[in-house]
Amino acid sequence: MATVKYTKDHEYIRIEGDTGTVGISHYAQEQLGDVVFVELPAAGKAVKKGDSAAVVESVKAASDIYSPVSGEVTAANPDLEGAPATVNDDPAGKGWFFKVKIANPAELDELMDEAAYKAFLDTL
Amino acid sequence: MGEPQTGPLLTTPLHALHGELGAKMVPFAGYDMPVQYPTGVLTEHNWTRTHAGLFDVSHMGQCFLIPAAAALEKLVPADVLGLKPGQQRYSQFTNDEGGILDDLMVTRLGHPGHEHWIYLVVNAACKDADYAHLKAHLPADVTLKIADDLALIAVQGPEAVAAVAALAPELATLKFMTSADLPVGGIWAHVSRTGYTGEDGVEISVKSTDAVALTKKLLADERVKPIGLGARDSLRLEAGLCLYGHDIDTTTSPVEAGLTWSIQKRRRTEGGFLGAARVQKDLADGAPRLRVGILPDGRAPAREGTVVKSADGQAIGTVTSGGFGPTINGPLAMGYVNRRFAEPGTPVLLEVRGKDLPAKIVTMPFAPHRYFRG
Repeated sequence: MATVKYTKDHEYIRIEGDTGTVGISHYAQEQLGDVVFVELPAAGKAVKKGDSAAVVESVKAASDIYSPVSGEVTAANPDLEGAPATVNDDPAGKGWFFKVKIANPAELDELMDEAAYKAFLDTL
Repeated sequence: MGEPQTGPLLTTPLHALHGELGAKMVPFAGYDMPVQYPTGVLTEHNWTRTHAGLFDVSHMGQCFLIPAAAALEKLVPADVLGLKPGQQRYSQFTNDEGGILDDLMVTRLGHPGHEHWIYLVVNAACKDADYAHLKAHLPADVTLKIADDLALIAVQGPEAVAAVAALAPELATLKFMTSADLPVGGIWAHVSRTGYTGEDGVEISVKSTDAVALTKKLLADERVKPIGLGARDSLRLEAGLCLYGHDIDTTTSPVEAGLTWSIQKRRRTEGGFLGAARVQKDLADGAPRLRVGILPDGRAPAREGTVVKSADGQAIGTVTSGGFGPTINGPLAMGYVNRRFAEPGTPVLLEVRGKDLPAKIVTMPFAPHRYFRG
């Protein structure tokens, strides 16, 4: 079973083996409002934990999506270009942003698990 | 607009109602204002374009000048003397350099016995400075009456006037940029056929104490839904209308801003307002830069501050408002470019996150105006 971890910036990473699927949480999509454009990294791009790896735009504003871990991007969600609102409709599923080959699994320990993220949301 | 303010936020008479309607509130021009309601900006935008949206714009400044037509002409380039009773014009307060201190609506009241009253609606973020400017420049025999006991409610969209006319039938035939004083659903109001969305509609000035009752009467009509500042911004951007502090400011002349249409012929030749020399020079020689519409070829929005480049990569201007237009279903922007590149159809580049994205200069509005001219 896949493990899901979260950042304080409301990105999630679903970990399956040495690959992680990155997206934004339900809370994040709700805060952003209607997503109208997503800019994704190309496959092969090296990302560092905490670097801006993608951009999500609502009617009002653009927001950076930070990579939860370091590694190499292996795929970007091809469906978001034509249907950016998928991020609102199904953030944890079809609204994923990119997949990353995890370079340093130890970085995952610095992220919140589901229970910790829920507790974090309660403090906001 | 919307700059940080010290001290507690001000509220409008509809503040509690916004809470009941589930609005998400944000600070704007020192006020706690609804940015969106639960359905969100896209739905609110589209509802306004297809039905009727209700906007609380009570944060804006309302005041009266009595009697003031001649005195006001020293501060704005519009023909104020020529306003017929009930007629409204869009104008700007200019400074000595011909820059814009604020933009505003100027109306000669049509109510019998009040035809010598001039009614102004100014931007919330500028209103204190505007009132100080008026006090500093108006002669002693002109009275400035700041109407902070008035609320302002805009109803905009193709079904807006039908909905308001259900409460005041005379409004059905009121023409664009004219106003009337009459009861709306039994509540005395000053109603202008105007707005900030490009749609047909009205702005209703009422006593603050009547604002909630009137709003509830309007919202009882299923065609009318509350709309927040988020959609107000995307609607005005599609309509090609300026937002003060972004698309116009103290550095832009009305001619550069493409607002020459708001300077009537007599004023262009006679001048006689602050900064007239620059405005007349811009009219005679052409302004060095012009406000234009910019349509990106792709899907990425170009936000305020984006550098605009010529096709060969030279910086030629800046985006002053940019985002996503739900009605045109794509990104859109306005900004200033060197006048050699201002011709509609000119290909340009927008530097977004380090990449030069192709776009072109276009004629505004992006979404057609649908004003009622009778």
